[in-house]
Amino acid sequence: MSISPKTVIAGAYEHPTRWAPDKTPWQIMAESARGALNDCGLELSDVDGLFTAGIEIGSMAVMQLAEYLNLKPRYLDGTNLGGSSFVAHVAHASAAIHAGLCSVALITYGSTAASNAMAIGTGGGSGQDAASGMISPYGLTTVGGYALCAQRHMEMYGTRSEDLAEIAVTTRRHAGLNPAAKMRTPITIDDVLSSRIISTPLHLLDCCITSDGGGALIITSAERAHDLKQKPVSVLGSGEAIWHPQIGNADLLELAAAQSGEQAFRQSGITPSEIDFCTIYDSFTITVLMTLENLGFCKAGEGASFVRDGRIGLGGELPINPDGGGLSSNHPGMRGVFLVIEAVRQLRGDCKGRQVDDARLGLVHGTGGLLSAFHSGATLILGNET
Amino acid sequence: MSEIEHPKPGIDWETRAYWEGAKRHELILQRCSSCAAIQHRPRALCVSCFADTIEYFRASGRGSVYSYTITHQNQSPGFRNATPYVLAWVELEEGVRLLSNIVGCSPDKVRIGMPIEVDFADIDGEVAIPRFRPR
Repeated sequence: MSISPKTVIAGAYEHPTRWAPDKTPWQIMAESARGALNDCGLELSDVDGLFTAGIEIGSMAVMQLAEYLNLKPRYLDGTNLGGSSFVAHVAHASAAIHAGLCSVALITYGSTAASNAMAIGTGGGSGQDAASGMISPYGLTTVGGYALCAQRHMEMYGTRSEDLAEIAVTTRRHAGLNPAAKMRTPITIDDVLSSRIISTPLHLLDCCITSDGGGALIITSAERAHDLKQKPVSVLGSGEAIWHPQIGNADLLELAAAQSGEQAFRQSGITPSEIDFCTIYDSFTITVLMTLENLGFCKAGEGASFVRDGRIGLGGELPINPDGGGLSSNHPGMRGVFLVIEAVRQLRGDCKGRQVDDARLGLVHGTGGLLSAFHSGATLILGNET
Repeated sequence: MSEIEHPKPGIDWETRAYWEGAKRHELILQRCSSCAAIQHRPRALCVSCFADTIEYFRASGRGSVYSYTITHQNQSPGFRNATPYVLAWVELEEGVRLLSNIVGCSPDKVRIGMPIEVDFADIDGEVAIPRFRPR
């Protein structure tokens, strides 16, 4: 059973900006909300459920956003799971609508991460952690957190830098087909391998870019969406999880995706082989490879062979991140909202030049936090048959 | 390239015994006297059986490298002049893993599984940071 065949994504909008020193995060959120409402034909006054999260907008961001928009919603959710937050928000909004707690949910994100020179991927800082005193003396960077997983994966399974590079090269090729993407010049495996090392074994081109940006989604009931402008996209299954290897014997190669994905597949009654395409959080190349294994698209240790031979490219068996992802299109701090937006566009058949053929079922997976310290996973299975 | 200047850790009452041990150059872990679970980081209660019966003991200080990364870029204070440095997950003989640095050898000599032992860096006579070196 799906969580609710009665809830759908009715509106979606990706803010076109990649560099916005002249805008505030609130403005980007509001402009994105306007875009998503225009997309489906609803008004701001129809919104009675509000969802947001962010890094630079404070711990009571959802209240500030309501004030900014002059809204008095009857349902509010500021759940912050890092970059996966907005993927989880879709599931939370579906549940709230199903329970009658709201009828039109607005999920929005906006950030000026790049123009504010916020350290995300390759920058410094001690990262996010639950026990800062145990970690902060040692110089854990965001990329370092993921590099620790990559090194272990290489040791256990023989995964090579060339295999990770395949993901960067494929994603850049997709970005070349997306006029809005920030980095569109094709790259080769050699370009990735010869880019400078940030934290072994990860190179610069294994890392997401940084940009400004934002986006928004409108979730409502299938009944309400019936006479709206766009063909609705159904939420068929969802799951979320938190993983933390600091305690016990959790393996660095086991991700939250194993739990969140299992639930999403079980709820939807869909199996990995039925999925037509994925949008997977690609903070780093290793994130994609390990997420594919943990979602069950291949076995643990088989990610390297899975991503070879064009399988994850457009025209391949399981295209991943057709928009160019965080590696090449945009990455304003937390990227989860864009994973959902691209999946919606693909399921509507709106992706001229990068459309997945006959896209009917898409899987969205967001990762938040730091892979080897503690991280979240949120999975959605979306379909275009209501 | 220079040595890492470790930022001083925030210390609260749950972690005080750990850091007081470090100052004596002892690596301190917690064991629950009810269920015998060993845990790290230090907590007020046992998260295996939820009892309050937490005891402290001195760990062997020996372990192996579980995973590592040679960090080439970190702009934050204490680290920006210390690259490349080795950040690692260390697996102690007692079975727990902790994040640390590997020192005392060239970064390119570090391997997963490499036997290591604890080594303390004293900071201003106030606190000492456990790191690990090859043994």
